[in-house]
Amino acid sequence: MSETLWRGWARRVAMAPGAVYALILLSLAFALFTAQFLTLHNLTNVGMQGSVLVIVSLGMTLIILSEGIDLSVGPVLGLAGVVLALAVKQQVPLPLAILAAIAVGTTFGALNGALISYLGLPPFVVTLGTFGVAQGCALILSKGSSIPELGPRVQYFYDGQIFGVRVPIILTAIVFLTVYLILYYTKFGTYIFAIGGNQQALTLAGVRTLRYKAGVYLLGGSLAATAALVMTARMNAAHPTVAVGLEFDAIVSVILGGTSFERGKGWLGGSIIGALAITVLRNGLTLVGMSSSWQVSTVGLVIILAIVADALRRI
Amino acid sequence: MSHMWFSSLARLATIVMLLVILSVLSPPFLSLQNLINVVRQASLLFLLASGLTVVILTSGIDLSIGSVLALSASIAATLIKQDWIWVGPLIGLLVGAGCGFLNGLMVALVGLPPFIATYGMLWIAEGFAVVFMKGEIIGGFPSSFRFLGAGHIVGIPVPILGMVVTLSACLFALRRTNFGRYVYMIGANREAARLSGINIRGNLLLVYSLSGFISAFAGLLFISRIGAVESTIGEPLLLPALAAVCIGGTSLFGGEGGIGGTVVGALILTLVTNGMNMLNVSSYWQSLLMGAIVVLSVAVDQLGSARVERT
Repeated sequence: MSETLWRGWARRVAMAPGAVYALILLSLAFALFTAQFLTLHNLTNVGMQGSVLVIVSLGMTLIILSEGIDLSVGPVLGLAGVVLALAVKQQVPLPLAILAAIAVGTTFGALNGALISYLGLPPFVVTLGTFGVAQGCALILSKGSSIPELGPRVQYFYDGQIFGVRVPIILTAIVFLTVYLILYYTKFGTYIFAIGGNQQALTLAGVRTLRYKAGVYLLGGSLAATAALVMTARMNAAHPTVAVGLEFDAIVSVILGGTSFERGKGWLGGSIIGALAITVLRNGLTLVGMSSSWQVSTVGLVIILAIVADALRRI
Repeated sequence: MSHMWFSSLARLATIVMLLVILSVLSPPFLSLQNLINVVRQASLLFLLASGLTVVILTSGIDLSIGSVLALSASIAATLIKQDWIWVGPLIGLLVGAGCGFLNGLMVALVGLPPFIATYGMLWIAEGFAVVFMKGEIIGGFPSSFRFLGAGHIVGIPVPILGMVVTLSACLFALRRTNFGRYVYMIGANREAARLSGINIRGNLLLVYSLSGFISAFAGLLFISRIGAVESTIGEPLLLPALAAVCIGGTSLFGGEGGIGGTVVGALILTLVTNGMNMLNVSSYWQSLLMGAIVVLSVAVDQLGSARVERT
């Protein structure tokens, strides 16, 4: 191996997103300290548990690439799940129920997008507002309690298999491919990078930036609803506040994955690695036997340390 | 300028309208005793919103106020139950200021976007509060501590006094000190502020520490008034505080607005909440309404200022 090639690789390793290190270190640690971590059964579990976060993180990646943020994905996911469950309970045909849930998510995404893009409002305030609205709607519709026992046809979206592969993994793969194609092979994708880089320049070049910027949030909302399908199937129930805090995990997956809030820089694969790292962290802490109350602060702490380390490395 | 004048008039009209509606709904509402009670309960919102206003003036945000309140109140309460009646609250205040200081470090030194740094702090503080309380409720404080929330000095409830003192201090700091001018300058144009030699890092550290300190102080008054604490008391407090600041007309882009507007915003919100309670509106609707108020008030404000700019 020639020296320049070696240097290039060394540089690439040094500048790899924090998520890569986090995933490797966490996996090594849990593999050493627990016997159950490195089993096929548990790794499949990680993949399944992670699928909800991965799907939401993919949408969040596009939003953060456009220099935005979406704090409302957690409650929107909860609301979409509640709508799905209520529709199923009302004997609505399953495809229609799924469509209704996705329509709700897309509507909230469109609302976020319109307010942020066309009115120029700060994304975190708008989405914190719609956070409250979606949360309120979910609580009102479900009367604040779980909607359980949705039946095997809903559960299929978690337990089912197609050619031996579990359905959530297939769904995640489809979402990834779609978002990947959109981001790297369409005009929309190119514009997302450009909006994050320099929105004004893009507008001056004659591109209708506002509609593309709004489109990013719309996509994020519909992906949140897609994730709601997997989440509801997994629990065989919908709960209005099930996903509160998920937006935090998603944002962190994206940042650890090397997508930056500035200058439209980012990498879609990094977000998946980031989401897996967080899932491994939660899964491992449970295997080690840490109580869920300790997990909240431990996960928060590890995550903040990782972000700070990542930010410091890049200064 | 006419836009500002118009919106203050609109806010005043809203307050008068709400007062009329509430007194029609329930005639005893306008009695002095009830009004004092309403303000006593609202002091929590006023305090949190005033700290948040200072942060937002620097074009920052502090999403962690609710959970910092919960954490510092949990720690203070645990110590008070160990008969450390003076040390407990003091440590609570220190914990609050410390969380704020960490926020400031992440924002000012590391350069993280404020909403990321403080959103992380939200989960860390909440997590530690859960760990600390183990899901239990601590209650039955000694009467010397209850005085803070339920006592009176010269006939005025202590929380109202605490609120008035804090608001006046913030108002004075923003209007009459160099610190206040720096806060506005950092928010209006950070680069210009830096070039004119303002210590941006130091001032931001101070602003975020202040916000944490005020959250902890509000938490002490709160748990002393209701006489108990659990780890989740902070959760529903963030959105109303943010809504109060937004209604009050403080710009989320920084450098514009102030404590006066926030007081008006918090007043409007308090009246709305009271009205909903009188009408027995479920708390589920209140979450929806708070969110809608945040979105609507920033949208209206933005549309208004955009129109002024164009003309």
